[in-house]
Amino acid sequence: MADDKDVLRDVWYGRIPTCFTLNQDEVTEREAEPYYLLLPRVSYLTLVTDKVKKHFLKVMKAEDVEEMWFEYEGTPLKWHYPIGVLFDLHASNTILPWSITVHFKNFPDRDLLHCPSNSVIEAHFMSSIKEADALKHKSQVVNDMQKKDHKQLWMGLQNDKFDQFWAMNRKLMEYPTEEGGFRYIPFRIYQTMSDRPFIQKLFRPVSPEGSAHTLGDLLKEMYPAAIPNEGEQKRYQVVIHGIEPLLETPLQWLSEHLSHPDNFLHICVIPTPTD
Amino acid sequence: MPVSLLWAVDVYGRVYSLSTAGQQWEQCRDAQMEIKRVTAVQQCCWGIACDNSIYLNVHASDLPVRYQEETYENQRWNPVDGFSDRLLPSDRWQWSDITGLQHQPLDSFQLPSSSWEWEGDWYVDENFEGEPTEKEGWTYAIDFPANYTKDKRWNSCVRRRRWLRYRRYKAMDTWAKIPSQQTTLPDPFSDISCGGWEISEEPRGRLSLWAVSLQGKVWFRDGIYHHNPEGSLWEEVPLPGEVVQISCGPGDLVWAVLWEGQLIVREGISRDCPKGTSWAVVESPSPDVGATHVAVGVSVVWAVTKDSKVWFRRGVNSHNPCGSGWISMVGEMIMINVGLNDQVWGISSEDRGVYFRQGVTSSELSGKTWKAISVPRDGDRSHSSASASSLQSAGCFFCGEVRAQSVVSDVESDTEKGSADGASCLVTSASPESFVDAPSDPSDPSTAGEGGVRSSSAGGVLSPSQSGAPLEWSNVDLEEAQGQQVPAGAVQDSTDTCSLSSVATYTLAMEDPYGADEHPLWAWVSGGGCNVDSHYQLNWFNSMAQSVQSMSLSVTPAQTAAWRKQIFEQLSERTKREMDNFRHYEQAIEQSVWVKKGTMQWWRDWKPHKWIDVHFALEQFSGPEGNKDGILFIYYNFYEEKKYLHAFINEVTILVPVLNDSKHTFAIYTPERTKQRWPIRLAAATELEMHDWLALLSVSCCDSRGIHGPPSKQAIWSTTCKGDIFVSEPSPALEAMPYPTPSDQMFWRQVGGHLRVVECNSVGIVWGIGYDHIAWAYTGGYGGGFFQGLASSTDNIYTQTDVKSVYIYENQRWNPVTGYTNRGLPTDRYMWSDASGLHECTKTNTKPPSPQWTWVSDWVIDYSVSGGTDREGWQYAADFPASYHGHKTMKDFVRRRRWARKCKLTTTGPWQEIPPIPLSDVTILPCAAQSSMEVVPLWAISNKGDVLCRLGVTALTPAGSSWLHVGTDQPFKSISIGAARQVWAIARDGSAFYRGSVSEENPAGDCWYHIPSPSKQKLKQVSVGRTSVYTVDENGKKTHFHMNLTQLTLDDYCSLLKEEIVTGILITLYDTVWIIADKVQGSHSLSCGTVCHRLGVQPMEPKGQSWDYGIGGGWDHITVRGNSMEPPRIRLPSLTDPLPALQSPISVRNTEVNGNPVGC
Repeated sequence: MADDKDVLRDVWYGRIPTCFTLNQDEVTEREAEPYYLLLPRVSYLTLVTDKVKKHFLKVMKAEDVEEMWFEYEGTPLKWHYPIGVLFDLHASNTILPWSITVHFKNFPDRDLLHCPSNSVIEAHFMSSIKEADALKHKSQVVNDMQKKDHKQLWMGLQNDKFDQFWAMNRKLMEYPTEEGGFRYIPFRIYQTMSDRPFIQKLFRPVSPEGSAHTLGDLLKEMYPAAIPNEGEQKRYQVVIHGIEPLLETPLQWLSEHLSHPDNFLHICVIPTPTD
Repeated sequence: MPVSLLWAVDVYGRVYSLSTAGQQWEQCRDAQMEIKRVTAVQQCCWGIACDNSIYLNVHASDLPVRYQEETYENQRWNPVDGFSDRLLPSDRWQWSDITGLQHQPLDSFQLPSSSWEWEGDWYVDENFEGEPTEKEGWTYAIDFPANYTKDKRWNSCVRRRRWLRYRRYKAMDTWAKIPSQQTTLPDPFSDISCGGWEISEEPRGRLSLWAVSLQGKVWFRDGIYHHNPEGSLWEEVPLPGEVVQISCGPGDLVWAVLWEGQLIVREGISRDCPKGTSWAVVESPSPDVGATHVAVGVSVVWAVTKDSKVWFRRGVNSHNPCGSGWISMVGEMIMINVGLNDQVWGISSEDRGVYFRQGVTSSELSGKTWKAISVPRDGDRSHSSASASSLQSAGCFFCGEVRAQSVVSDVESDTEKGSADGASCLVTSASPESFVDAPSDPSDPSTAGEGGVRSSSAGGVLSPSQSGAPLEWSNVDLEEAQGQQVPAGAVQDSTDTCSLSSVATYTLAMEDPYGADEHPLWAWVSGGGCNVDSHYQLNWFNSMAQSVQSMSLSVTPAQTAAWRKQIFEQLSERTKREMDNFRHYEQAIEQSVWVKKGTMQWWRDWKPHKWIDVHFALEQFSGPEGNKDGILFIYYNFYEEKKYLHAFINEVTILVPVLNDSKHTFAIYTPERTKQRWPIRLAAATELEMHDWLALLSVSCCDSRGIHGPPSKQAIWSTTCKGDIFVSEPSPALEAMPYPTPSDQMFWRQVGGHLRVVECNSVGIVWGIGYDHIAWAYTGGYGGGFFQGLASSTDNIYTQTDVKSVYIYENQRWNPVTGYTNRGLPTDRYMWSDASGLHECTKTNTKPPSPQWTWVSDWVIDYSVSGGTDREGWQYAADFPASYHGHKTMKDFVRRRRWARKCKLTTTGPWQEIPPIPLSDVTILPCAAQSSMEVVPLWAISNKGDVLCRLGVTALTPAGSSWLHVGTDQPFKSISIGAARQVWAIARDGSAFYRGSVSEENPAGDCWYHIPSPSKQKLKQVSVGRTSVYTVDENGKKTHFHMNLTQLTLDDYCSLLKEEIVTGILITLYDTVWIIADKVQGSHSLSCGTVCHRLGVQPMEPKGQSWDYGIGGGWDHITVRGNSMEPPRIRLPSLTDPLPALQSPISVRNTEVNGNPVGC
């Protein structure tokens, strides 16, 4: 039987084949070839698209270039969501590769955050980790780390170094055995149909009676509609990292194994495809 | 830790045991009658039943209790009859013991008790001093007594032979009455305590049993050991007063409580005198209140006083058994018991529950808190207490079932015995049917819990109860009518009564207000067999609801859960869907170089060798095919000039931790460095830093070779002399002809755990034996030890401990004036030294072998030294260094004795303990990887020399189910099973045996055949392949037997080892031979314990051609029996080979250097 460690590797090395095409409206000197890339599911768009930028800049004049942003079928893609979340939320059940349109003009300030440099991504990433640890350990673990430990987490993500990242991240995944889990599970539930960006509330991994909470328990409380009623057609898919875990999966286990590097469990609830 | 049992008796005399892994008290249904008290050790439990006799319950074990009876048949030659039993009048008896002084005809041997049975009939022993004899086992001599030889000579006038018969103890797992002594029958027993197993290793399983009689006398049971579990006789021990209760620890502590409330301590207990010599008196902890109960461990004493207060004795140890002072502890108990590891249990005076003392460690012997053991009892609802009891009577040992027709007993009351408050009168009844009853006192149920003394008339009034179950009461103890109700103090009053008198006080209620089993009332607890320590996770304290929860979890481990399977399946689907068709896409993130730096010390390559500070860096990058690789750099200064040394990670063959007491060092080998016998040696500043580096480098090496996860089933396993475990994946080229992969290129990676011996076969069954002889089975995991996080599997990693002894020698020289003193000649060795005498080793400056080890005992004299010792452990010799003998002669001017101290290591690894029999050797049948063999034969030798065959070993259950004991006439030391189930073994006297008729249907075979040793060598080790048998003799010479499957012939004996390899540790295999050899010369240095591979071994040339030298420097053991890769060779037409496609089994091991060969 495979080991739980393999899940961590699979999660880390998840890749989405992507085809980047330049927006038709961009002014180019010659036609831009699409650019194909394997994007790490756990990383951020703006962190891994230097090559894309370089590719399209070759056909553009410098004065026509503003901040790069991405769009999929009319939806601007928020770089501060992990790539896997963006894909699961907007493009799961579509044909691969994932086709993303690249823009260099008309930055949609209302929808997207600006990302002038990698340090912004780093700040966002580290604040997520700190927020998650506040939920998990009252920030005790992350505060006990040194600056270089924080750097190691970030560098691990930035350079796609699984070992380097997990050598540090495992400390964030520890908990006292007698408590049976973290204080609260850091999770975010995303949905396509809502104006709310995501659902995030306090939720404990273990019930007051001492039994382990499951994914189903979480959804029942946070998003009851996601759970099909008895005998009813399944209306929603609950997707984490492109897979649909069973609702009886213990939440603590999910948090330890299927969280993104930012230590949050990102759960996408999407309508079941009709065909 | 293996599962062990805590024993307890409830107030109804029912005996229960609680397993350390369990969550329920299991009733001992076997007990024929009620038991008053129990005292448990690991192998058995003693009890006093209500008939005041002592009963013994020996726990069934795979190792039977067999006793060898022997007698000698003597004959003399005369010209008329030849040899006949007509002896001269001056001769010995025709049947005698070995000395000839004792007349012992065959029919004079009787079974000692009904608990024994004969195993078979008498037979003649045909082995003589390791050699098979001819002619019915006769040995010849010129006259009695003389030296016997197995050959008949012209002057052989007498002959004798030895007859053997075994008897077996059959009363396992039942309460068997100890036969009472004919004449000097001790009066009825009231207390019993067993211990003393640490006093001496010999004879095996020796115990001290102390008992107290109702009249306050103390008795010592002599002669209890493994082969004689019942002991032989009671000896009365003179006393300064009358004793009420006694406690005996695992070592030499024995304390007892006197009627008057003082305590007495036994002094002079030693190996030669387990009974001790005298008593010392210790005053009660509290001046006003006498002690009522005492419990001792290895170096702790706990006491309870009449007011139920608990006391801990400070400063107790072997040298000062009396200790120095009392400390008052929290809690009120009626009794306390100290078990293994000085763990403490008690029965609370408040609720009669069993409590465990939490937090008892060797540094904090008094522990932290009392915690109630709250687990249900089996069948709690099933038997309602018959006539019910007034639970309130705390002193109630036996209630309930009483005969309907009862007789008033003659009650002898002894009021003098009553102590001041809570005075009681002792009632001893003469008639077994008599019993005394207090009028039932319908008490308010709400106060029942606290209890109160029930008034009862001193004379004893009978009240028939409804229960029909007959019960024999022999004595009881009554509270004197006091007339006053003492709600609070009552419990204690009755408590001390019962402790003092050790007999039952009981009252009967006609009706039980609530289920008696609602809340079990305990009377006695014994943890002498319960092996827990402060780290042990016990499940005894959960509420019932939680325990059910955790049990159901353990029944359905997470691994088998559907959700988990689903995640694995979906992730691999996801990989297929999203990645498999797009592998040609460019990766978004380019792999860059990652560097880790640090500072270390390096054992420099040039002379004079010394540690110098260096900078150390590991650069990791992705190799051309996407695999990871790296280079490590060591930057140093050479005459002010900056230089560096580097090694490619993909060339590193092994990383070996070399912990010693001063530095945290490790060695890095490459093939080149292996040839030189000169690794890169580095020292980190701290143990943690070293482990970090080792883990990182190890992961890096594995990455560069694409090795992940657990070792394959065909892996080659080995251990070093430090107990570290390494595993290597065999390449198909390893046995390639004619150019096999050189063994110095084999890559070894470490697996957590600590073992002395490891053995495997190719279906993935791997067993190991620790230095403490504990057997371990491989669980299929990887990592453990210092491998943290990702380098270690999450499942299948368990705590592993090992214990070994450190030895130092005390040396003395004789001088005419003062005799032996510790003043030597100026040229002499240190008066405290290591075995060589070259290094000073005193008791105080000797440290454990490395920081991983901690001391767990004090220094003790070691009597088990080869050559024997005198009573004080001394060995004598003419001078240092010389061969030592165990008795002083005129020519001896020096003497030495060995001191041993145990140290313990705790680590983690993919190993699970196989209790309970400690082993010294193990062998697993080598079989092809595709073999359809279901049950794999596995044989072992216990550390006492018993031969064992493991049943139920399969690829899914590598630990097997139970041992089958295979009888031998003498202890064995080495065993090996070949591919066609040929079992060979070496006895301790160095003779070789072959086990006949071993088959699938008859896994243990039928009998032993004695095989003459080559050139009368004393053999040390044997290893069997498919058609070859190799042995190593005590000089390290190797011998080869060729074996034909139907006939065993000594083919040839040859020294396969080159001259420079002075000692070979052995080897063997099927076709391939691997050994561990000493003193292998490298280009730069010399290494001991080197793995060597025999090249050129072919079916027609089983001796091979030459040696190939692999990793070395402290290797102890290797097993390549898992490597079932068939060397590509021209195969001969199979000679009725029962197992085609057999591979190359091998095993190599070192026999114990300090082993004490026992002649038979």
